[in-house]
This record gives sequence, structure tokens and C-alpha cells, in this order.
Amino acid sequence: MAVPSYRLVAMLRLGKLMFYNHLLWPLHIAGAFNFMQQDELIPHLFRTEYSKIVAVLYHSYCLKEIETAEDIASETFLKATEIWSIKGVPENPIAWLYTVAKNKLKDYFKHNNIFEKQIKGTLRISDIEPEHGFEFSKQNITDSQLAMIFSVCNPSNSTESQICLALQILCGFSVEEIANAFLTKSETVKKRLHRARVNLRNGNFQISTLGEVKIKERLAAVLKTLYLLFNEGYFSKTSSQLIRKDLCLEALRLTFILTENSITNTTETNALLALMCYQSSRLDARTDDNGEVVLLADQDRSLWDQELIDKGNHYLVTAYESNGFSKYHLEATIAYWHTTPTDTNKWDHILQLYNQLLLIEYSPITALNRTFAFAMVHGNEKGIQEAGRLGLNSNSQYYSLLAYLYSDTDMDKSIHYYEQAIKFTKSSNEIQAFTREIKRLSEKKNKS
Amino acid sequence: MKEFLMVFRVDYKTMPKASPEEMQATTQKWMNWVAGIAAKGNLSDRGNRLMGTGKVFKSDGSISDGPYTEIKESIVGYTLVKATSLEEAAKLANGCPILSFGGNVEIREINVL
Repeated sequence: MAVPSYRLVAMLRLGKLMFYNHLLWPLHIAGAFNFMQQDELIPHLFRTEYSKIVAVLYHSYCLKEIETAEDIASETFLKATEIWSIKGVPENPIAWLYTVAKNKLKDYFKHNNIFEKQIKGTLRISDIEPEHGFEFSKQNITDSQLAMIFSVCNPSNSTESQICLALQILCGFSVEEIANAFLTKSETVKKRLHRARVNLRNGNFQISTLGEVKIKERLAAVLKTLYLLFNEGYFSKTSSQLIRKDLCLEALRLTFILTENSITNTTETNALLALMCYQSSRLDARTDDNGEVVLLADQDRSLWDQELIDKGNHYLVTAYESNGFSKYHLEATIAYWHTTPTDTNKWDHILQLYNQLLLIEYSPITALNRTFAFAMVHGNEKGIQEAGRLGLNSNSQYYSLLAYLYSDTDMDKSIHYYEQAIKFTKSSNEIQAFTREIKRLSEKKNKS
Repeated sequence: MKEFLMVFRVDYKTMPKASPEEMQATTQKWMNWVAGIAAKGNLSDRGNRLMGTGKVFKSDGSISDGPYTEIKESIVGYTLVKATSLEEAAKLANGCPILSFGGNVEIREINVL
């Protein structure tokens, strides 16, 4: 276990990040990967299988340290890179990985046998025999990953740490990739991860000891982390479209796992999953070729992913089938209306939903979105009055909203507010977009 | 931030009999107004409407029906807001739908027990 797992992660993931829709609905068909070159295949499998192997090893064997499971999973992939480059890719690469991981775990137990006899405590439960075996069955993978989600989304850690940990352990992101996504230094991410892991160890958290009541108690925190993970991707400061997609889809995949267990398959979970499906359906349309954000109204609808919209509809209906109501219901319903461009009362519905959302929980972005909907219903003039009362004088989105609302009637004011918006943002994408608008308005002004 | 109670009063007799559609529209106006306060981060509790009938428990132990719909200023609802001063809180009442029915809004600072 000499090579630190994060370094292996970085080594294996040097290839381009990929966007795979079927992550949600995994394929386990032998030979399904024939179309991929080996240099694409391993990073791909790393993303889909690494976290599963870690979860199953960790939970089936009640290993004391997540790191042990991570090391074994990393070594498995290292072996795959070595062997496959010589002998070629096996017919069923996933089964190959699982078998190697299992054997490596057996070796680990053999090597540690003497050590373990002398110093108790390497295993949490010492009488487990690896020969009795465990299977990388679909059920076991799902259960283990579910347990892992609950381990990682530990309220004793800060939300930022939870997200970092989720990205590393549940999604197989390297420290560099996490740092990229957050626009922070690798050192900061490393520190966060370290603190979070120490906390996990001290908390000695085991899903197996959690009853249904406890799981339900923690579910709200888990959903919140997944929601934030998704938003991190959707509104990411990073300009890399690929990283954004990966973050969103990982959040989707993890939320999907929650719907596969009867305890965690609640109306809130379904509502959150519906929200993620709707938002993801527009990921491709949301940025142009230069990586700049395209507003909803200007998006090319043929780029919307109808399959994801259908999934969203499915989960939203499920979310409303039984009792229970949450902010995820409201946000998913708003997202639903955005995918229904033809309804004449669309903005009325959206405004009412934002009203309700604000009553549940205030946030500046909700207040701004609500004001935008208000302007769509009652006109820009009233929208400007409403915006003026928000008191968000150091928020770039606030100024860009005002600029937008003035753009038809008062170009000077509009330009002034875009300039203010630039002052208060750090995002290079936003600065670009605002600058473009100022240029457009100035040209329009000079012509008239 | 201090907390304030807003009490809405109106003369029931001046309230027009509303159709379901009008009721719906009125509810939307209320929601818009309350959400406007929430959008500023000034809402504590959106509060509720009150039914027209009520009872009064008196010091002699008797309970009587309150003739509330007869009096000029019946309490019809309440909302809790937060603000830095009574003046700021009072300004939040601007645009309250009760005003369009000839009603008024009383604003009182909450004196925490």
C-alpha cells in the first residue's frame, strides 16, 4: 500500500473526463466496452467502479479505515493498467476488477493475520473470514454505496468538507479536480479532507448500527449535501464544462441510489432527483461553444435532453404521490415549468412557487429569481421597484438583474448596472458575459 | 434585528362577497406581499388568517361568543416580521392587501419574555 491513493487517482485520470449518461442506469454487459480504447476505458471504469469497490470492501468487511479500502481499489486499477496493456482488455473488465479486488483483500488479510493476532483492532469485527466471501452483486454494491453516502454526509463536518469528501470517496475525484471545481488551492482541499476524515474516524460511524429512525433523521442532511453537490456543478465557478457535468451527474447518480432503498426513497428524495433531472436536461444548452452561459430564454431547445426531462416528470409525479412537501418539491416544480415553454400562465405559476420557496427559506438567489418572475408577470417597471427593495447592494446578480430590467427603457442605467455587476463578481464567465452586454448596449445606443 | 407583530384589521361589512376566483386572486396578492417581505430577508413567520368567529373567556369564568363580525375593526390575521427599528417595520406594511379593503395594519414590537 505504498502509493497514496490520491496520487493513483491523479495518474489514472489524466485522460479526458467523460460524460456518461448511463452512469444512472449502469451497464453490466460483458463486451459492452469494446468500442473504447484502453486509454479511455480505464479512466472511465475508474470513475464508475472505483467508488463501488471502495464501498463494498469497506462495508462488507467492516474495515476500520476507509483508506485501506481505497488503497486496495487503487492497486486494483494499477494492476489493470499493467496487465491490460500487455495482455489486452479482458472480455468483462468490470468482473475482472471485482475479482482482483477480492483477491487483493484476501492477500491483505493474509499479510495482516499475524499482525492482527498480536494487536487487536485492525478489524472492527475480528471474526470475519474473507473466504466466506462477499459478492459484488448489484444489491451489495447499492447497499454499500448507500451506507457510504450516509458515512460521508456527516453533519459533524462542515458542508464544504462533506462535499469534498463526497467527491473524493463517492465519486473518485482527485484532489486537483476538487480544487479545480471549487477554484481553491489543492492544499486547502487536502486540509479540508484531512480534517473531515479525522472527524469520521473519531465519530466511529457505522451505518449497520443505524436504525430506520436514525437513517431518516440523517436523510435531510444527506439530501442537502447532494443538493449542494449538484449546485456546485450547475453553478460552478470553474469554466470547465466537463467538470460541471461530472459534478452534476455524480450528484444525480448518488441521489438515484437513495431511491433504490425503501427507507431513503422518500417524497423529498424523489423531488430532489426530479429537480436534478430537469436541470441536467439543459446542461448542454446552458453554455455556448465558448463556455459562456446562455440564458434560458435564448437556449436552443433541441439541445435539451428529452430523456432526462421524462425522468424528471416521472420522479416529480412520484414525489407528489404521497404526503410530504419540501423546498425540493417547489424547486423541481419551478424547473418543470421551465421545461414547458408553451403555457401562457407559466410565469404566474413560477412566481407563486418562488413566493412559497421564500417563505420556507430565504436566500439572496431565491429573492432575485422571485423578483425576475415578478417582473415577467407584472412588467419590468414594477420589477425594478421590487428589486430596489431587496437590499443586496454587494451582489453582482442583483446588479445584473437591474441591468436586464432597464435594458429596454434606459440604456445608460443598464450599462451602469452591468458595470456595477462586474465590480462585484469574481467569475471570469460572468465578467465576459456582462462585458458583452455592455458592448451590445453601447453599439445600440450609438446607432439610435 | 428586532421582531415585530403585524396585526391586520378590517371591517367585515365592507369586505365584498368574493367568488372562488376572486378569493384565489386575493390569496395570490397576500402571497406576493408576504414574499416581498421575505425577499428582503425581513420575514420571521408568515403568520395566518383568522376565522371570523371566536370566543371570549372572561374573569368570572364565563365564555361568550365574540361579536367580532359586528365591530368595525376585526382582527383578520397576523404576520411576524423582523427589522432594525419600529419605523423600518412599519414601512414593510406598504402594499399590504388589507389596505385595499379599507383595513389597517398595526405594528408592535415584540417584548420577549
